[in-house]
Amino acid sequence: MAGLVRRRARRQAVLRWVVVGVLSFVFLLPLFALLEFTTRGPGDTLTWDTWRLLVDWPALEETYPVLWTGMKASFWLVLLSVALTLVLLVPTVVWVRLRLPRLRRLVEFLCLLPLTIPAIVLVVGLAPVYAWVVYFVGGSSVTLFLAYTILALPFAYRAIDTGLSAIDVRTLAEAARSLGAGWLTVMWRVVLPNIRSAVLSAAFLTVALVLGEFTIASLLNRDNLQVAINQLGKSSATISFAVSLAALVLAFVLLYLLSFVGRRRRRERSVP
Amino acid sequence: MTTTAVSTGVAVRLEEVSRRFGTVQALDGLDLDLAPGELVALLGPSGCGKTTALRILAGLEDADSGRILVGGKDVAGVPVNRRDMGMVFQAYSLFPHLTAAENVEFGLRLRRQSAAARRRRALEMLELVGIGTHAARFPQQLSGGQQQRVALARALAIQPQVLLLDEPLSALDAKVRLQLRDEIRRIQLEVGTTTLFVTHDQEEALALADRVGVMQAGRLEQIGSPEDIYRNPATPFVASFVGLSNRLAGVLGADGVSVLGTPLPVLNASVAPGPVEALVRPESVDLTADPLADARVVAVSFLGPLARVTVSLPDETLVVAQVSSARLADLPPGTAVRVTLLPIPVVVSSPR
Amino acid sequence: MSRRLRDLLGVVPFFVFVGVFLVIPTLVVAIGAFLGDDGRATLDNVTALADGYIVQAFVRSIVLSAVTAILGAVIGALLGYALVTAEPDSTVRRVVTSACGVLAQFGGVTLAFAFMATIGLSGFVTLFLRDSLGVDIFAGGVWLYDLPGLVLVYTYFQIPLMVIVFLPALDGIRPQWREATESLGGSTWYYWRRVAGPLLAPAFIGSTLLLFANAFSAYATAAALVSQGSPIVPLQIRSALTSEVLLGRENVGKAMALGMVVVVAVVMALYALLQRRTSRWLD
Ligand SMILES: Nc1ncnc2c1ncn2[C@@H]1O[C@H](COP(=O)(O)OP(=O)(O)OP(=O)(O)O)[C@@H](O)[C@H]1O
Ligand SMILES: [Mg+2]
Repeated sequence: MAGLVRRRARRQAVLRWVVVGVLSFVFLLPLFALLEFTTRGPGDTLTWDTWRLLVDWPALEETYPVLWTGMKASFWLVLLSVALTLVLLVPTVVWVRLRLPRLRRLVEFLCLLPLTIPAIVLVVGLAPVYAWVVYFVGGSSVTLFLAYTILALPFAYRAIDTGLSAIDVRTLAEAARSLGAGWLTVMWRVVLPNIRSAVLSAAFLTVALVLGEFTIASLLNRDNLQVAINQLGKSSATISFAVSLAALVLAFVLLYLLSFVGRRRRRERSVP
Repeated sequence: MTTTAVSTGVAVRLEEVSRRFGTVQALDGLDLDLAPGELVALLGPSGCGKTTALRILAGLEDADSGRILVGGKDVAGVPVNRRDMGMVFQAYSLFPHLTAAENVEFGLRLRRQSAAARRRRALEMLELVGIGTHAARFPQQLSGGQQQRVALARALAIQPQVLLLDEPLSALDAKVRLQLRDEIRRIQLEVGTTTLFVTHDQEEALALADRVGVMQAGRLEQIGSPEDIYRNPATPFVASFVGLSNRLAGVLGADGVSVLGTPLPVLNASVAPGPVEALVRPESVDLTADPLADARVVAVSFLGPLARVTVSLPDETLVVAQVSSARLADLPPGTAVRVTLLPIPVVVSSPR
Repeated sequence: MSRRLRDLLGVVPFFVFVGVFLVIPTLVVAIGAFLGDDGRATLDNVTALADGYIVQAFVRSIVLSAVTAILGAVIGALLGYALVTAEPDSTVRRVVTSACGVLAQFGGVTLAFAFMATIGLSGFVTLFLRDSLGVDIFAGGVWLYDLPGLVLVYTYFQIPLMVIVFLPALDGIRPQWREATESLGGSTWYYWRRVAGPLLAPAFIGSTLLLFANAFSAYATAAALVSQGSPIVPLQIRSALTSEVLLGRENVGKAMALGMVVVVAVVMALYALLQRRTSRWLD
C-alpha cells in the first residue's frame, strides 16, 4: 500500500523530472547545434576534422594564428588573474577581520562595487588608465589581468568571506599567536589551511570568468580567447564554434569539480 | 490565569507499525497505547525510531504496515491536515514572517474564526505559556525558549485531539529546559490533551510522563510508570539506559543472583543459570570505611546533597556508589572500604 | 611607527590597486560625462542623452532587460524548485547547478554562436523545420540578429542565473514550515499562499532585479550577435568608443555609461534591500 506521503513524493519526483527534462532539452539544443555545426562535412556528411585539428596544436597554430595568440593570452591571463586576485584579496580580507574590523564594510563595498559597474562602463573609464599601463609596461594583452582582477573581485570576495565566516579566524589567530607564531605563520599555516576550499572556489570562479571575458579585451583592442573566437567567427565559423564549445565544456567541468570541493550545508530531510 | 476549554482527550493506538528506510528498519512492529488525556514519553537512544513513530502518527510519514487508531478509528487515509494533531518540533518551526501572535493565529484562521476571536485566543494561549508580553515580536526577536513556548501555544490553540512533541526542549539550555518542561506538564494536565512526547533525555521522560515507553531498534522494550521503569526494568537494556548501573559479575542460581557475596532477587527470568552480569544501581551500593578491607576509593564527585564515589575492587572492577554528601569526609580517595550491596532486585544479562 | 599605522600598511596594496583600476575608471566616467572636448565643464553630454536615438536605445535596453528578467525569473524559479525537491548532494543538482553557473556567467560570444548554429539562417533547427516540416521561421524577416533574437538569447542566460541566485532562498525554506502548516490543518495551496509565497517573495523580486541588472549590463552576446546598428545602450557605447568619424562623441559615451551606472545602481540598491529582508527570514 502506498501511503499518502509517498504518493506525494512520487508526484514531486515526476514534476522534477519533467521540469528538468524539458529544460535540459531546451538548453542542450543550442549546444548540440554547435556540435552539429562543427561536424557538418561537405554534402551532409559527418566529419570530426575540426575537432582533430583542435587537439593538434602545432597545426592549429599554423592554420589559425589569431586563435593561437588568443589562447596563449588567455592562458597567461588565467594564471595571472588568479594569482593576483588571491594574493591581493586573501591577506587583505583576513587582515581586515583581524586587525581593522572598522574597514570591513568599506572593503566589502569596494569588492562588490564591480557588480554595479557593467564591464562596458568600466572599459570606458579604463581606457585612460590603460594608456598609462602601456606607457609603463607596454601594450601586451596579458596586462588585461589587472582589469580582470577587478571583475573577479565580487565573486572571489564572496567565496573567501563565506569561508572565513565559517571559522573563527580571530580566535584561531590569537591561539596561534599565543603559541608564538608570527603573522606570516598564522596566515600560511593556520588561516589558509582552514579556508582552502573557499580559496579554491574563488580561484575556480576567477578562471571561469577570465576564460569567458570578451567585453574589455575587445574594446581595448587586445587579444584573448573570446576575441579571437569572435573574430574567426566571421571567416571560419566552424573552428571558432568548436573552440567556444570546448571552452564552455571546460568551464562546466571546472564548476562541476568545484561542487565537490565546497562543503554544503546539509538540508534536513524531505522538501519545502 | 485563563483556562482554556478542556478538550477531553482521545485514545490513540499504534498496532504493529513498521517502517523501513532503505536498509534501516526504523520501526519494527511497534505497539503503543495512549489512554485519553495521558502523557506518554517515548524514550530511547538516537536512531531507535522515536521520531519516525511520531511522524507516522501525525501523518507526515507513511507506515509500511500496521494500523493507527485515533479514538477507535483507523486514520490510514486521513492526510496530515485533517488529522487534527498539534505538533511541536525540535526547533525552527515558527513562521519567520509572522509575529508570535500571528503564528498562534495561523491555525485558527484555517478554522475560519473571526479576527477578533483569533486575536483573543492567541493572546490567551501566549498568556498560558507565559509570554503574553511578547505577542508582537517576530521569531528572530525571541530566545530559543520563548520560540518553543510560542510553538507550544500554536499547537495548543487549535485544541487538537492529540499533541505531539518531538524533543521540543533539546535545543534549550538546562535551566530553561527544566522550567519549560514543568510548564508543558502543567498545561497538559490543565487542557487534558492526549500527548506523545519524544525525547532521548531520560530525566525529562521520568519527570514528565504518566507513562514512559523505552524504545530500542524500532520496538518498545518496556512501557510503564516512571517509577516502574526505574525500579523494575524488564530488560538489561532498560536497566542500563534508564539511570546509572554498575555491571558486576555474579552467579545466577535458583533463588537469585549472588554478587560480591550478596544474594540479590532477580527481575528478569529468561537468562540461563551460571555466570552473569548484574546491573546494580549506585544507590544499592553501600560503603563502609574499613582499614582491613581490600577495596579502595579512587574518585569522588560531589553532586550537592548526594555524592558518587568510585571504588576499585581488588580485581580492578570499578563500582560506583551513591552516598550522602555528609559521609564524604570519611571517604577521601585512597580510603580502604568494604563494599556491600542492599538486597534490591536487579536485572541480569548474559556476560559480554 | 605606531601600531595602528602598521596595521593600516597591511591593506595599502589592496586600496592602491582598487583605487587605480576601479575607483579612477569610475571617476573618469562620472567626471568625463560632464566635460566637453575642450576639457571644460558642460552639460552638453548629459543633455545629449535626450537625443531620440539614445532615448530609444535606453528604452530598448530596459524593455529587453525587463522582459528577459521576468521570463528568466519565472522559469528559473520553477527549475530551482524542481532542484530543491531532490537531495542536496544528488547528481542532478550538482550537474544542473554547475551547468547554470557556466551558462549564466560564461555565455557571451559562445551563446551568440550557439544560437546562430541553432536558428541562424543555416542553423540546425531552422533547416530541420524548413526541410522536414515546411516551416520557415524567418518568413517574417530575420529576427535573430535584432531585438527579438536578443530576447531569446538573453533568456537563455537569465534562467540559469535565476537558478543560482534563487536557490539559496529556496534552500532556506525549512521542511518544518510545511509540516507545521499541514499539522495545523492547512492544504498545500494554503502553504504556498500564506507561508512559502510571502517568505520567498522578497527573494524572488530581488532576484528578478538582479536579472534585470545583469541583462542591462550584458555586452558580449549582443556584440557578437548584432553587427549592424546599435539597438541597445551597450552597443551605442561601443559605437561611441570606436567610431572615429564622430569626433567628440567620446564623452557622450561616458554620459551613456554614467546613465547605465545610475540605472544599475538603483536596481542593485533595491536588490540589496530585499536581500537583507530575505536573509533575516531564510538563513
Ligand atoms: N527520511 C528518512 N530517510 C532515511 N532514513 C531515515 C529517514 N527518517 C529516519 N530514518 C532512519 O530511521 C532510523 C530511525 O530514525 P528516527 O528519526 O525515528 O530516530 P530517533 O529515535 O528520532 O533518533 P534521534 O533521537 O536521533 O532523533 C534512523 O536510523 C534514521 O537514520
Ligand atoms: Mg528524532
